[in-house]
Amino acid sequence: MTDKATMLEQVDVQGAVALLKQQFPDAVKDDSRQGYSGVIVNKDSLVEVATYMRDQLGFDYLSSATPVDYHGIEDSMEMVYHAYRTTGGSALVFKAQTDRNAAEIPSLVEVWPGADFQEREAWDLYGIKFPGHPNLKRILLWEGFHGHPMRKDWHEAYYEEDHKPFESRWPEGWVRRAEEMNVYGKNVNYPADLDLSKLSDVSEETLYNDLGLGTSVQHLGSDDQLKTDRLVVNMGPHHPSTHGVFRMIVTLDGETIESLEPVMGYLHRNHEKIGERNTFLHNMPFTDRLDYISSMSNNLGYALAVEQLLAKGARYSPPTYRAEVIRVLMVELTRIVNHYWAIGFLLNDLGAFFTPALYAIAEREKILDFFEATAGSRMMCNYMRFGGVFKDLPERIRSVAVKVNDMVRDYNTMDYLTELINERIPRSIDELDTFLTDSEIIKSRTIGVGYLPPDMAIAYSAAGPLLRASGVPYDVRRAEPYSIYPELDFDVAVRYNGDIYDRYIIRLDEMRESVRILKQLLPRLEKTHGQEIFAGNKQHTPRVPVGESYGRVENPKGELGYYVVSAGDEKGPQNPWRYHVRAPSYINLTALGPMCVGHKVADVVAILGSIDIVLGETDR
Amino acid sequence: MYGKGIAKGLWVTFKHFFATYVDDVRYAGRKYMRQENFGVRQGLNTQGAFTVQYPDEKIAVPERFRFVPFLVTEDQDASRMGEDWCTSCGICAKVCPPQCIWIVRGTNPETGRPVPQPEAFFIDIDICMNCGFCAEFCPFDAIKMDHDYEMASYDRTRHHIHDKQKLSKPSSYWKSIAPTTALEEAAARGGWEHSDIIKSMKKAGQTPVPPTKENMTFEPAKLVEVAQPVAVAAVEAPAAEAPAPKRAAAPAAPAAPAAAGEKKKFDKAAMLEKIRQRKSEK
Amino acid sequence: MAQLDLRELNNTEFPIPDEMQGNVAITSLSKLYNWTRRSSMWPLLFGLACCAIEMIATAASRYDLSRFGMEVMRASPRQSDLMIVSGTVTKKMVVPIVRLYNQMPEPKYVLAMGACASGGGPFKEGYNVVSGIDMYVPVDVYVPGCPPTPQALLYGLIALQKKIDGQSLANMDDVPWYGVGPSEPTPVPILGPDIIDPRQMDLIRRQAELAAKGLPYGVRELPPLKPVSTPVLSKVTPKAAAPAAAAEADDPAKAERQRKRDEALARKRAGEGAAAVAEAAPAAPASGEKKKFDKAAMLEQIRQRKASKG
Ligand code: SF4
Ligand code: SF4
Repeated sequence: MTDKATMLEQVDVQGAVALLKQQFPDAVKDDSRQGYSGVIVNKDSLVEVATYMRDQLGFDYLSSATPVDYHGIEDSMEMVYHAYRTTGGSALVFKAQTDRNAAEIPSLVEVWPGADFQEREAWDLYGIKFPGHPNLKRILLWEGFHGHPMRKDWHEAYYEEDHKPFESRWPEGWVRRAEEMNVYGKNVNYPADLDLSKLSDVSEETLYNDLGLGTSVQHLGSDDQLKTDRLVVNMGPHHPSTHGVFRMIVTLDGETIESLEPVMGYLHRNHEKIGERNTFLHNMPFTDRLDYISSMSNNLGYALAVEQLLAKGARYSPPTYRAEVIRVLMVELTRIVNHYWAIGFLLNDLGAFFTPALYAIAEREKILDFFEATAGSRMMCNYMRFGGVFKDLPERIRSVAVKVNDMVRDYNTMDYLTELINERIPRSIDELDTFLTDSEIIKSRTIGVGYLPPDMAIAYSAAGPLLRASGVPYDVRRAEPYSIYPELDFDVAVRYNGDIYDRYIIRLDEMRESVRILKQLLPRLEKTHGQEIFAGNKQHTPRVPVGESYGRVENPKGELGYYVVSAGDEKGPQNPWRYHVRAPSYINLTALGPMCVGHKVADVVAILGSIDIVLGETDR
Repeated sequence: MYGKGIAKGLWVTFKHFFATYVDDVRYAGRKYMRQENFGVRQGLNTQGAFTVQYPDEKIAVPERFRFVPFLVTEDQDASRMGEDWCTSCGICAKVCPPQCIWIVRGTNPETGRPVPQPEAFFIDIDICMNCGFCAEFCPFDAIKMDHDYEMASYDRTRHHIHDKQKLSKPSSYWKSIAPTTALEEAAARGGWEHSDIIKSMKKAGQTPVPPTKENMTFEPAKLVEVAQPVAVAAVEAPAAEAPAPKRAAAPAAPAAPAAAGEKKKFDKAAMLEKIRQRKSEK
Repeated sequence: MAQLDLRELNNTEFPIPDEMQGNVAITSLSKLYNWTRRSSMWPLLFGLACCAIEMIATAASRYDLSRFGMEVMRASPRQSDLMIVSGTVTKKMVVPIVRLYNQMPEPKYVLAMGACASGGGPFKEGYNVVSGIDMYVPVDVYVPGCPPTPQALLYGLIALQKKIDGQSLANMDDVPWYGVGPSEPTPVPILGPDIIDPRQMDLIRRQAELAAKGLPYGVRELPPLKPVSTPVLSKVTPKAAAPAAAAEADDPAKAERQRKRDEALARKRAGEGAAAVAEAAPAAPASGEKKKFDKAAMLEQIRQRKASKG
């Protein structure tokens, strides 16, 4: 690396933007719309500019690539990219615009392979073509679906209005199920040019088309070589170890994996389409259902994104210190909950059927009890609000018997927390450690399997434990700190072998670091006891100043980002124009195929387990 | 030594296995018998199995627990007995993320002007995501999150849109399931009464009684306990066969065997009837 | 004895073989049969969404499904009796679900866990979401909640056991799998431009013809909603029930099933009404009592059937 390059890699984002404009005076211009940042790149030179950014300026990590449809504001669509340096710092945001009717933007897969799935999603949901993309197929919906549903002018069967709240709910809210309004009595809608003669399922064929299904014997080598068949195996969507409704089409040579193609969308719940109809606050409980094992940190990411926008307005007061402490407390507990689950089920996938998982789940219950008493629900916490949290911690974790046979518990919250953090969690982490880490079976199943080298991990935009187990010390809590993380003392866990074993170990490490953070929070909680948790007023439908924001947090599964655009109303709209979730589970899967190639078919589930996906987030 | 790791792991499972028996000895066989032991068993110091023997014992849910919402009705103030606290302002319908609340604002049949009473109120619990926003943002504390999670049914078309009758529960019920929260809310309002009443009292120069733990009433005032088949559910054959023995109905109940399954409910229909009579007398 | 028609056995005029006299009664046979089934309900290991996590938590040590004989979660539909549809059913996923359901051996039961599986849930309006699994396969128990807590799920499972307890070997509606021939598989939906339910093919064809002629299609005329005369006391259930009726109108088989169910319900209610009159005590009728009335209804039914045959 030349000195110049090193120097360039140290300029800050403003400097990088200036350099870009200097380098590509015709292709790059500032994004001068109100509330927006970054640059707009002429799409014809996009690949060139992106390559320069990556190689010369050091923005080697493409976090998010997502389309926005500005139908009704401008007649254009744009792709928004957020690139980061793995050494830390804030984002270089760049955009490429295209016409809505012939949407086409050059693919960036060559530059950042991590753009692969994100571009496929953009094609699937927005109908943007990406010349240069090697495999531009639908990813969340099935081949043959009518239309590109995320476009603003595409309406679904149960469409009511563009924005919530709906008129029909009040004051003349006679109840009507949506099914009533539909001829078919269900959530379907066929295009006018429905061709009845062609009503067969094409979605499956397209999946298997290029795989050479039924190819006869491949290797007829010498006698000492095993004769193997080429075989295409379908795993999922109903498979006990796919962590939900995930599906993989695995091409095997004998038992060795030749290629693996993930098929998803079996839990595509149209999160983003619904999210753009919701008001800003409405989305909060929906974020719970993304990564449903760690709802608290999903909440935080979204709250941060919207708070960034709100902060541009006049009447916004940031969360109080106590609110921040509580937020971090919840988020770190969530990390522990998630890693318990991840480790338990990784072992399940390795064949240690349910014993480790049961121990992990039992420990998780202890934390869920606290969540339930504080936020009201075990899983769907819906706890963060813009500018604070739902409510302060309760004085006591207490229940009231209302049913026959109801059994009551009553603990002091702080005592419970103190004991949980100081005793129970460390003990159980140690126990898991003793239980599993040295086991010869686990070692032989995991060491050296599913290797992901660091440069590949970065290129594939892997995040979270997957990235850090490959030796890249990248953690959003340190790279671009938020909340009160700067004042907390903790280390970013890194491991260097990049295999399943390290991904298991790093989760233990991270849990220990979380405990370390939690221990520092306890005195802060004591000190701020009784203080306000809201500096301003809690509003249910705030008007959000126009602009864009990207709030990201280090979720247990990796970097979770929310790209939120507020547009379409000068006064500040009540509904987001664009609401996009950069889901770590989804993007981490880009690396699954390359990681599996060359391993045996039995390793697939273990490798998948070590990525730790959750389908609610993958498919959204 | 090869196999040492596995042996270590097995030692952990072995300890787990025995911890339960150790616990049994520690509680001298009363592990499942005494209420105090439940808290310990479900707490942080438990080592062995901590199974909840549902339905023979149920974990009582914490105060903030949220399941589906219910509407608070007056049962303390004799002059407004049975009326909704809800003023049909529509905020809950507005903040409900999946838009599963339908409200018909009440109108005065003579003048046609809106009155602060909902005419009808529906919640589709097949859509409700139990988020609690409706309860959180209701300015009148008129909609609250219920703690009754035992709601399985055999037929959704008839049971899963809750209408006003099915949603309504007396305010004392809310106080009984969430005493601390109810007290906080009442303190914020300035009295145990509905905030409109408090406002009018203040206007009239009266001061409402400041709410304390002591003057909180859990029992519905002056109510004749009549077990009644409140919802359609109670009449429908299968839903009535509640698996767990629930609180027995009041002894006065004549017929309606199915209602035995329902928790103490006050007879809203009769009460509304009374109110209407009173109104017509006027 | 292999040829014994169980329906006949319940007939009081049925000649009971000498060696069996005083030994077998159909009710206790039903009881035994139900007890065995309800005590070893093996669920299909099959999670869809968030609710699946609560289902796993239910199966784990704290709530412990094995107390109900349900801990043996089978990954293969061939070995399972119960399908817990735990989570949002998407259009893409409903195809495998229907296939799995068809592969399960009878007797089979479906429990819709959570708001999503029951009726679409918070994501109902989404373009890829099925508004309730009962649009495609029959559901026995619905457990509301988002997600239902483990205790709520257990309550639902107990409700399912109760349902099984109430079934009788003598009633062919309860045990259709002992009828003649294999039962009809549920038609598997097709992923076309949108999901296509083969049972609605005619309707779709008619709509497509309308569309081809340029006429409005895909809309349903709705009568305007009228407030009911006694507003405060209104219980506007007819409206709520309307969609079901409408949906059934499109599907004769479903309508037929619904009719049967309604009849059965009416029978049962009649029986219970009698019970209520007969019972002076307010306490809930003992289960034995109920059995008696059920049996009476059943005998009545058999006689009716015979009459209709003859
Ligand atoms: S709990 Fe949430 S989803 Fe349910 S009715 Fe209230 S606001 Fe709507
Ligand atoms: S009902 Fe709620 S918790 Fe269950 S799958 Fe649907 S959204 Fe998730």
